[in-house]
Formats: sequence, C-alpha cells, structure tokens
Amino acid sequence: MKRAAIAEVQQVNVQHDGDVVLARQMGRQMAMDLGFSKADQALIATAISELARNIVNYATHGTVEMHPITNSRDTGIHVVVSDVGPGIDDIEAAMADGFSTGRSLGLGLPGTKRIVDEFDIQSTPGEGVTITIVKWKLR
Amino acid sequence: MAVRVPILRQGSHLIASIQEELTDSDILNLQTRILDEVVKRQADGVIIDVGALDVIDSFGTRTLAEIAAAVQLRGAKMVIVGIQPEVALSMVLLGLTLDSVPTMLDLDAGIAELKGSAQ
Repeated sequence: MKRAAIAEVQQVNVQHDGDVVLARQMGRQMAMDLGFSKADQALIATAISELARNIVNYATHGTVEMHPITNSRDTGIHVVVSDVGPGIDDIEAAMADGFSTGRSLGLGLPGTKRIVDEFDIQSTPGEGVTITIVKWKLR
Repeated sequence: MAVRVPILRQGSHLIASIQEELTDSDILNLQTRILDEVVKRQADGVIIDVGALDVIDSFGTRTLAEIAAAVQLRGAKMVIVGIQPEVALSMVLLGLTLDSVPTMLDLDAGIAELKGSAQ
C-alpha cells in the first residue's frame, strides 16, 4: 500500500506567547499535510493554543511535541504538552467547566478535551503537568 | 516580533484590520490602542476584522469581548467581522460565544450595521 510521506516529530519549546503561536501553526501545518479537513485543522490548532498558553501562564517553561500516528484504520496527530511548573493540585476541579485559578474563562482544559478524540492529563504537584491529546482524521 | 494592527479611520468609525496571527501581547496591545483611539477620535463605532485569524481561542474571545464592552461603555458600538467558518466552529465546540458582540459576515456588512444603528 502506497502511503504519503509523513512528517517527522516536531517540537517547540514554549516560554513566551510567541511560542504559543508557533506551536499552533506547526500543528495546523502537520494537520494540513496529513489531509485533515479545514475544520479539524482549526480544532487541532485551537487545542494546541489552549494547552501551550497554560505553559506560559502557569509554568516556567515547557514543550509541545507532536507527531503523526497511524493504526490499522486511521491517521491522526499525537500531541504531548508538558511543562515544568507548579503542577495541578486537583485535576478533577481543573477539568470542570468554569474552573480557573488564573484570569481566564476556565474553559481551556474541559474545552480542549471536547474538541479532541483522546485526552490524558498527568500532574505531579510541584513538578509539572503533562497533557497528551490525539485527534484522528475522519474518513 | 510584535505585530501592530493598523487602525484606520472612516468617518466617525474606526476599523482595525488584523492581517496576521497575533500573540496574546499583540491582542492586548490592540485592545489598548483601540480604546485610546476611540477616546482621541471620539469614534462612535469600531469594526474589528478578524478574517486573517486561523485561531480564536479562549484568550482571543475573552479579549475581543472585553474590548467590545469597554467600547460600549464609551457610548460607541463595536462589530466583529470576518470570522472564518472553521474558526467559528471551533469556538462553539470549545464553549466560546461572543453573545454580547454583534458579528457580521464582512466589512461591508459591518459598516452597514454601524450606520444602521446610528439612525
């Protein structure tokens, strides 16, 4: 079976708000290269934007790393957003709509979970947060 | 590098036409400049054209709503034009709405909206 060339792993170090733009543009480009619909490209870029902003707002620094994934049926994008920072004390609360410890709408995490297919969050208080998301391409 | 969004005058209206992706700082800078210009020019209407934006996330939405609220407190009206369909869809799915701000398809419709409301 012939398969299109798939981009390699991409990584952005995130410390400033300019890095957030860079990370979401990279995600959009990878989604475009993989043939995601325009709507899904926007969702992937938006999800990355929300998660990368949390690094800038709440942590010292972090990374956004993304790569294409495939299973027997589908192609997707796998994104890991991890930071070095205070971590999240109460993940359940942080995942509730409207919860925010900062100056925000509190929609970042629960909203992001709604627009991706897989969402996993791990945090060790005092060390940091790692969030993994996957978006599959609709066939 | 910081992006400075041009703010044009058209009669008593101001038009801010965003041409490229903005960082959070760029959006905050735009907020300050629009409010300064509204006061300085005694504008009665503001249009922000977001057609070039590929992403309007929670920060962008909140800041746009804040600009509109502040503009309205000055007795002027704000309209957002040009939200791309994919961007609109992601905003809705993310749980973001701009209930308090009129949104129109394009610049012409935005200008018509401001003129209509002035009568």
